[in-house]
Order: sequence, then structure tokens, then C-alpha cells
Amino acid sequence: MRGSFPGRILRLAAAVTTPLLPEDYLDLVAPLRAGADLRGRILAVRPETPDAATLVIQPGRDWRGHVPGQYVRLGVDVDGVRQWRAYSVTSAPVRRTDPISVTVKAIPDGVVSNHLVRRARAGTIVQLDQAQGDFVLTGQPPARVLFVTAGSGITPVMGMLRAGALAGADVVLAHSAPTAADVIFAEELRGLADRGAVRLVQRHTDVDGMLGVDELDTLVPDHLDRETWACGPVGLLDALERHWASRGAAERLHTERFRPTVITPGEGGTVTFTGSGITVAADGATPILDAGEDAGVLMPSGCRMGICFGCVLPLRQGAVRDLRNGQLTTAVPGDGVRVQTCVSAAAGACELEI
Amino acid sequence: MTVIQKKTDHPIAHLSAEDIEIIGKELDAIRDRVVADRGERDAAYIRRVISTQRRLELGSRAVLLFSLFPPAWVVGTAGLAVAKILENMEIGHNVLHGQWDWMRDPKIHSTSWEWDHVSPAEQWKHSHNQLHHTYTNVVGKDNDLGYGIMRVDEDQKWHPVYLGQPLWNLINACFFEYGIAAYDLELGRNLRKGRHKSPEFRARARAVGRKIRRQVLKDYVLHPLLSGPSFLSTLAATFTANLIRNLWSHSVIMCGHFPEGVETFEKRSIEGETRGEWYVRQMLGSANITGSRLMHIMTGNLSFQIEHHLFPDLPSNRYQEIAPEVRALFDRYGLKYTAGPLPKQVASAWWKVIRLSLPDRRSTDPGATPVRPSVLPEPA
Repeated sequence: MRGSFPGRILRLAAAVTTPLLPEDYLDLVAPLRAGADLRGRILAVRPETPDAATLVIQPGRDWRGHVPGQYVRLGVDVDGVRQWRAYSVTSAPVRRTDPISVTVKAIPDGVVSNHLVRRARAGTIVQLDQAQGDFVLTGQPPARVLFVTAGSGITPVMGMLRAGALAGADVVLAHSAPTAADVIFAEELRGLADRGAVRLVQRHTDVDGMLGVDELDTLVPDHLDRETWACGPVGLLDALERHWASRGAAERLHTERFRPTVITPGEGGTVTFTGSGITVAADGATPILDAGEDAGVLMPSGCRMGICFGCVLPLRQGAVRDLRNGQLTTAVPGDGVRVQTCVSAAAGACELEI
Repeated sequence: MTVIQKKTDHPIAHLSAEDIEIIGKELDAIRDRVVADRGERDAAYIRRVISTQRRLELGSRAVLLFSLFPPAWVVGTAGLAVAKILENMEIGHNVLHGQWDWMRDPKIHSTSWEWDHVSPAEQWKHSHNQLHHTYTNVVGKDNDLGYGIMRVDEDQKWHPVYLGQPLWNLINACFFEYGIAAYDLELGRNLRKGRHKSPEFRARARAVGRKIRRQVLKDYVLHPLLSGPSFLSTLAATFTANLIRNLWSHSVIMCGHFPEGVETFEKRSIEGETRGEWYVRQMLGSANITGSRLMHIMTGNLSFQIEHHLFPDLPSNRYQEIAPEVRALFDRYGLKYTAGPLPKQVASAWWKVIRLSLPDRRSTDPGATPVRPSVLPEPA
């Protein structure tokens, strides 16, 4: 007989439940059990500011824990559609089985962030990925630290501060938010400052304008000597990277960018078939199926009119437009988006898995 | 029925080419509206159906562990039959149509779903979604017209073998899932043409064999064994549940395209077919079943066959909602919306199977009826 005893039991159970798997039944009653796809249950939603909220999530049994500063990808059903987004873990790691928290700021037109801040309810199951990201404190904590954050960029830093790894270090936090009311964790940050755990340099940009990198020379004169972590809008991070690089201190700056892939939809674009490594240019009126076939890719196909779903392929990343109604679909890796290639045209660069 | 192009009272002769394109645009507008409105309510619906089906199946199989006890046999068999019907009709058929792909849930997706049926999902999707839904009711193209074993249209040439078709149809109804597997394999044609040795056919036949083995092992070996002393009664119960499921789905599916009033089309008529013409063919080539909400769910909403054929990828729970609008469109353009209660439609379809098993009594003289090259009426 092949396989271990538990393995044989599992195979037998699968033969009993075919065409489903035993887990399809177990998921009905125990979605967070060990061995299940990683999920979490929202335990509470706590408002932080008018447009930010903290979600306390009980991860499933296979959660491997996180390092302060890391993020977790959350798969949330918004209007019935599974959407994946990454959010920094803001809770300190305690035990692997303890709830974690993420703090979400609703951004204008943000499908997922607005849903989580305003409509998410305790009890809801969300999909999870294991924590990842290298925006973390590694090894011996440095003696002098600078954090430059803006808006929700405070979230990974709060994860680090709460973890207490920097206790005893000389920490400066330069944080920007539009107004005092928009500062996430305002009270907790004040508490840290009052205790002397951090020196807080706050900037309310609606009144005082954006933080300019030149100002750092006066606000934090020794900033280039500090191990620095920055998280915030792309413009701020770009400016900081230029500043640190021009002063020859690039290796001391760590940045976190949540949207490394910027999808700019357009008309037509390059289509890459990742399995075959073929890339072709296609205009906005050519179905990706035709573009692939013309380039010699062995495309699955069927009715060629959008009804049979025989041509569906994973869209790894990029944007496509539905030729029937102009509807745009975008994806970044991990989103798990699949498209009908016979009625989808490239709307910018896109990659299909075949 | 006779292909629409040979009829003297051509049911769309009164429509201009422009009318047909406007019908197409109106139907596109209905589709766009549902697509824009699809959301949480629909997702909750399919998840509720799936969860109910799984609980019902599990519960029924648990009851059948004690199937020696007659009430348990009756309850368990009925429950399992309903669970299998829900799984095939409202869940499997519709998920495999991609009706729920928009949710991006990998567990409820046309590319990953496998159903409680001996025909592997992949093969069924090809013969059903692609061939039947594209070439609906085109004589010589749509094998669903008689499944290749029956004559269900005057324009299919009579052959003595069709004398037995009432019997073939009854046998097919009892073992419908095997009939579908053979049909998806195009078993008859492949054997006739000596293609049974081609590697492609053999690979597909092996896939069907594997699926049959798994299904049989589950239903007729493992569950009876789990029942211990109730082995034989559980075996009988599972067989009965499968039989009920087969008879039910066969009846529902016969009602989709075989009853009186449904039109068929010539092969040549779909050359260069426009979107509007495709829609009109679907409108006239399908028939609905009237009934209660429960009946609609048990048919997988194939009781809205017309709406399903117009929009095969819209969520099934939406067909009932758009039906009045679709019907109004039929009325506005003077088209016949074929619908009737289940017993009437089943009887109508069976009558056709019996009637067409014999050669036609009236000889049709092709010279006497106009043969139109397309579904479009000729310009005046």
C-alpha cells in the first residue's frame, strides 16, 4: 500500500465525497481550521478617524504569524466580487493564535478600503495570505531611528512601535496628515511622545503644506545618520529616495510602496503570454484570443462570442476591456482574475497565463 | 416542426432587418443592466444554494446509513435525489456556464468546478456551452436536436432505426447522465468514423472512464459499505436517487427545445448571422416552463430556457426577474414566446418523439415552400 495511514484515510474520504473534497464540507462548519485555505474572521471593526478603521481579525489555524512592519493580503468580497488588497499588520505579534489587526484608510474611489471602513461587519470571513514584506526591523535594533510617514503610511510603523522592539532607541517620527482629525492613532502617538518613547514631528498638511525634504535638515538635523523607514504616497517616497541618494545615504533608507504596479488603462497595449513567453502588440479592438492565435500561442477557444467560457484564462496583471460593453477589468499578481479572451481586448499592457 | 426557412407562415417574415438589429440592441441593454447590477445579493444566493445542497446531501447520506429502516430509506432517498438535482441543475449547469465567474471566487468558477455527473465538466462545457449554445436548433449543427439518436424535426431524414426512438428516449431518460457522457464524447460518430483509436478520443474516453469509476465507487460501493447491514438498501436508495435525478433532468431538458412551437433553422441560415439574428434564433428556438418558484429552482432555472439561451452567462436567479421584460419584447415584435406547464411540455415533447419515429405522412414538396437563405426575410 502506498502512503501513510492519514494519507490513505484522506484519499478514502475524498472518494466518499467526490466530485467535491472533504474540505468543501468542512469549510461549511470550520472555515478557520488547520489545513483549510487561509482565512480570517473579522472580530471587530473599530473606527480610528472619520475615514479610517481598525479591523481585528482572527486568522485561521495555519497562520504563521508576522514580523512588525509586514503586510497581509486580504481577499474581501465587495458587491459579490473577490478583491485582494494588502494592508499593514498594526498589532504586535504575540502568539500565533492571537487575533491580528490591520488599519485601513478609505481612499477616494477605493472599492475595498471604503467597503472595509464603512461596511465591514464583525463575523465576516475574509481570505488571507501569509504575512509578507521586507519593510521590517532586522537584527539588532539600531540606536537611532527615523520614521517618515504620511496618512495611512503610519500603519506599518505603528506595528513596529507597538512591538516594542525599539524600546530604548532614539526614535523620531515625522508624520503628515491633512488635519489633526485625520491622524490615525493620534492618541496613542501622543502617549508615546509623552512617555519619551518617540520624538513626534507632526505635520498637518492642509494648514502647513506638504513636508519638503529640505525641511528635514532643520526638523531632524541628523536624519541622514538615522536608520530610516518611510511609508506614504509615491511622491513623498520618490522625493525621499532622491534626497537620501544625493546625500550618499541611500542604504539607510527603507521604503514601503503598496502599489508597485500602477495600472494605467488605455486603448490596446502589449499582451504577454507568460507560459510561452510571447509578447505581441494588440489594438483596443482586437480580442486577446485573436492576438494570441495570430502570434502562434495555443489558445483555448470556443464560441468566440462570449457565451461558452471555453477561452477563459488567468489575467496575471494588467488591464483588459470587455468589447461588448467597454467594462474595464484590472489585475495585479495574486488577484486571481480570469477573463474571457474572445471578448476582451488589451487596455494597456497585460499578461495572460498560458 | 420544420426548419423556419421552409415554412409558408414564416414566423419572422414581418420583421425587417432593422427590426432584428433593434431587438438585438434591446436585449444587449437588458444584459448590460443586469451585469451592472450584479452583486452581493446574487453572490449570497448562489452561496446559499450551494450550502443548502451540501447540507442536504450530507444529511440524506447520513440518514441512509440506516436505510434498512423503511422511513429512513424514503427520507434519505428523497433528500439525496433533491440534492443531486440541485447539484446538477441550479449549481453545476450554471457554474459551468460561467454564470458566477464574475465573483472571482476560485471555488465557484467555471474553470475549476466539477459536478456530480459521469461526464467530466471539461467535455460537457465543450459540447453544451460551445456547440449547443452557439448553434442552437440549427439542423445538422446542433446535436441536441435528438442527441444524435432521435429524430425530433421533420427536416431530419427518417430512417427505420428511428422506429425505436420512443424506447431509446425512455432508456436515455433513465440513464441520462451516461447518455450525456456518450454524447459529449460523440461516441456514436467517433465509433462510426473509426476515430476510436485516435489519441485524442482515447484520452477523452479515459477521462470519462475515470469519472464513471469515481462516481460508481462513491454511490454504489463506499456509501453502501459505510451503511454496514444496510448495504443493499443504501445501494438501492442511491440507484433510485440517481434514477429520479436522471428522469427529472431529462424531462426538463426535453422541454427546452422539443415542444411544439419551437423553431429550427437551416444550416445555411447562420452563415454571416448578425448578433440580432443570433438573438432571434435563440428567442424562437427555446421554450419555457411555467410554475412555482420551487419548480424554477429545481429546474436550475432552465424553466426560463428562453432567457437562459439569450444570456447563458447571466446568474440564473436573474432569469425570472428579466422574463417579463423579455416577454414584452416578444409581444412588441409579434414573436411567439413558447411556454407551458411541465406536464404539458413534457407530453408535447414526448408526442413529437413518438410522432417522428414514423416517416412523415404528408410528403413535403420542397419546391412548393420558399427556401430562404437566411433567417432574414427577403427584401420586398
